[in-house]
Order: sequence, then structure tokens, then C-alpha cells
Amino acid sequence: MIWNEHIECMSREQLRDLQTARLKETVERVYHNTPFYRKKMQELGILPSDIKDIDDIQKLPFTTKEDLRDNYPFGLMAVPMSEVVRIHASSGTTGKPTVVAYTRKDVSQWTECVSRCFTAFGATKQDIFQISYGYGLFTGGLGAHYGTENIGASVIPMSSGNTQKQLQIMQDFGATVLCCTPSYALFIADKLADMGISKDDLKVRIGVFGAEPWTENMRKELEEKLGIKAYDIYGLSEICGPGVGYECQNQSGTHLCEDQFYPEIVDPKTLKPVTQATEGELVFTHLTKEAMPLLRYRTKDLTSLNYDTCACGRTAVRMGKILGRSDDMLIIRGVNVFPSQIESVILQMPEFEPHYMIYVNRENNLDTMELHVEARPDLYSDNVGTMISLTKKLTAQLNSILGIAVKVKIVEPRSLARSEGKAKRVFDNRMLK
Amino acid sequence: MVIQQLSIFLENKAGRLNDVAALLGKAGVNMTAFSLADNSDFGILRVIVSDPHKAQEVLKAQKFAVSLTDVIHLQIANTPGSLSNVLAVLADAGMYIEYMYAFSEGNGANVIIKPDNVPNAVEALQAHKIM
Repeated sequence: MIWNEHIECMSREQLRDLQTARLKETVERVYHNTPFYRKKMQELGILPSDIKDIDDIQKLPFTTKEDLRDNYPFGLMAVPMSEVVRIHASSGTTGKPTVVAYTRKDVSQWTECVSRCFTAFGATKQDIFQISYGYGLFTGGLGAHYGTENIGASVIPMSSGNTQKQLQIMQDFGATVLCCTPSYALFIADKLADMGISKDDLKVRIGVFGAEPWTENMRKELEEKLGIKAYDIYGLSEICGPGVGYECQNQSGTHLCEDQFYPEIVDPKTLKPVTQATEGELVFTHLTKEAMPLLRYRTKDLTSLNYDTCACGRTAVRMGKILGRSDDMLIIRGVNVFPSQIESVILQMPEFEPHYMIYVNRENNLDTMELHVEARPDLYSDNVGTMISLTKKLTAQLNSILGIAVKVKIVEPRSLARSEGKAKRVFDNRMLK
Repeated sequence: MVIQQLSIFLENKAGRLNDVAALLGKAGVNMTAFSLADNSDFGILRVIVSDPHKAQEVLKAQKFAVSLTDVIHLQIANTPGSLSNVLAVLADAGMYIEYMYAFSEGNGANVIIKPDNVPNAVEALQAHKIM
């Protein structure tokens, strides 16, 4: 099903015209209303009138998360506060939170995007959504909430946490759609077994998972454990929150709402656009946002774009899987390592649970990486040799994929923290800065 | 006789062994013998207790990786050569011993043996009237 066929299936030429017109308006607005962008454009010697076509976007300055922090909290706003109806902020795991604001129209455009996502997942007004994203400053809860109401479905505004109650409500209220982070969904799935509830006791049929990257193996595991079909919803608060992109029934990439946010892929080092279908850093420019429009915002997410029309009929560009983040790439003894690579190795080995922690240290001027992982509960053996060979098997696999030695430590079952929001799995203890 | 031993996987962390001891103590489960196999990252605690099933339940509830393993318990004389008599039988039968531990008390000694194949080892020991 398609929520907005006019936009989602628009011809590429028409879409391009729409994007061009909207970009021109946006640039005009930020130039006049946001001193930060006026200064940046003046430094580059660019005027709004230089933007004649969507391709001219390459002339515009980039925006980074640091820029958002430097202008904390409201420095990048392009409207007076009287026009703002909502303020959200990122979790701020490193440093100050990044703040985003919405006008009434911004909230309604965001809701439109989320409605496209939910409809693509096959949800209708008959569905009951259990929204287990956190409600609050995080965009996940309220973003999903508004989209659910907009398609006419029922909302159970659970927020995250209190998993036992989550499951009780899910069962008693007959929730048919579960929205949360994939790591929390795994946590819920584990709890199911603990509470003696079978997946057949639940009516959930669709999982809407986002806010952190996940793998095909996690998808399989979630689908199996919860008896659902799992869909990826992509988003980041700086752009709007959940709803920037979504998978259709074909699940061959994530369609982006490109009438709202123009996507580009650039080389993270040179910042030059890459050739089509090449991997690089995803960059978004707001096309309709009023409260805090961002030009060429560097997401740090590494992916690629596919402009072929999808079998579902949508022309909206498809983003590939997120391969990692240009900023969570770890350099271990000169080798680039993405936590997602480690995760995919763990997920491919049925001997291990999908929970892990990575600790990076520097000992005697040498980087060391230690991985803590849980084995499947039934594999904890009475035999030291068996446990050691389990460790060795994972070590060898990691070594062949990453090209560096990782010290693997099997920890006690259920001893690693399960996350109820975004999982923090990497602890880099090197003090190099 | 064949008895059930508790095997518990423990990370090498301060206080972890006491966590087990305290839990069992609180549950009124008595430990009669134990041994700890370890390497740098983890240890496997093997314990003979008064009520293995209750102990397993109590530890499982606290998320310990605990299993029950069949082992052979022998009471032999606390004299030079007694252990050798037992081991010779197993060696002659081609039995491999995964691990064992023992303790003596006065005139007797208790030996816990985990052979690779418990029924075969029992058969061999019974044939020599050791069990």
C-alpha cells in the first residue's frame, strides 16, 4: 500500500523540478533568517540567486553536528520562537545534546513522512500500535505516535522500559504493531521466554524498528522469535526524527522521502559527491523545513543510493543498508574497524547471543580490542576445553574478517546490559586527544 | 556411586565465587566438595552439594550458567597406593579422565571422577569390585 502515491511514485523529472523549487525557497529563507548560513555562504561567495537547479546544491556549505552544538540551543533557528510548536533534542551521549525545533507545518510534514512509512509496512487504521520508543526529548516516541494517529490506527503510548508491563499490555490489548529499537525488540523477545509467553499468544504482526543500525540476521531472529515481519524505519532527529526513510514490502532498500529532504552521498574525506551507487557519507538538505532548515547536513552514516524504480512502483530513491558511521569507525593499529562488522560476525554464529560489548584500550602503546560476548545459554559447558574452543572459533572468524586480533571473552549468560533505547556497545578507553 | 555434580560457569571477577556460596548458604544447600578449573578469563566451579536440583534452581533463578553433570564418587582407603588401584582399572579399560578431585578425612578418602564415558567406567569399576 502507498500512502501518497502522487509524491512517492512521481516521475524523476517532476520530482527534480519540485526539489529545485523547494531548495531555492529554503536557501532564500536561511540566507535571510539564519546568520550562521548567511555567513557561511558569504565566505563561499554564494548568493541565493546562484541556486538555479537542484544540482547547484553542491555549491552550498555543509553542516555538521558540531555546528549544531556550537549554536546550542536555538542558534540555527530560521523562525521566531512564537512559530515553534515543538522542541526535541538528541540523547547527547557525547557532549551537549543537539536541539531541533518544529513549526506547526514541520510537525505535519513529519507526520506525513511517518504515515508513508507505516502504510508501506502494511499497517492500516485497523492496527493497534504499541509504541515502545522513548517518549520525551527523543523523537522516536512522539514521531511514531503522530504517524499512527494520522493513518487512523490506535496508539498504545507505552514508551520504553518496564518490559514485563510491555508484554502484558501487548498481550491484553492485542497490539498488532510494535515500534521500538531493534535491540530493545530483542530484549523483549528474550523476556517473552522468561515470562512463559509464546509468540502465538501475541497478535503482533509487524515490527517497526529503527533509531540504530541492524543487520539481516537480527531481522531473521526478531521475525522468528516474535512471529512478525520486521521493517526498517530510518530517521535522525536533525532531519525530522523517524520517517526519513522506510522499507517497502520488497525490502530491497530504504525509500527516502526526498521531496522533503534531498539526499546526497559524498566521500567523507574529500566531501566531493561520489558517482552513483558508490558508498559514502549520506548528506541531507531540508527542502520544506521551516523552524530549523539545515543545508547539507552530514549524517555520518555510510551507505549508497539506488535511483532505479522499485518493484513496488515507488520512484523514491532507495538507500542501501547503513554500513557504519564515519565517526564510529575505530582505527585499531591502523586498521579501520566498524562495530557493525563485528556484529555481523557474531550474528552469523549461532553459538552466540546478539549482545556484545567492545572495549578498546591502549597497552604499552599498542591498541587492543576486547570483545565481551554471551554464548547461547545451553552451550555453557562443564568442560574448560569446550569453552576455550568456542572462544577460539569466534576469535578466528573475527580475525579473518577484520584482519586484526581481537581478544574474545565469553561472559556469563544475561550479564551484558540489555538496552532499552539506543545500545552503547563500544567503549574506546584510549586517551589520545 | 554415580552422583550429580553442579557445574557453574563463572567469569573471573572479584566476589563471584562468594555470590555462589552465599546463594547456596541462604538456600540451606550444603557443599561437601568442590573444585575450580580456571583459565585467565573464566572458571568452572564444580560442586558436590546436598541437594543438586534445588541448588540448580536457586542459581538458575539468578541467571548463572549452571548444569548438572554425572560423576563417579568413590570412597577409598586413605593409604598409599589406593588411588593407583582405581586409576589402573580405568587406564586398563582405556578410559580417559576429563578431571577429578579428591579429599581425605581420617582413614578414608573421597574421590570424584569425571570419565569421558560414565557408564563404561562404572562397568569397569564394578567388574573389579571397586564400586
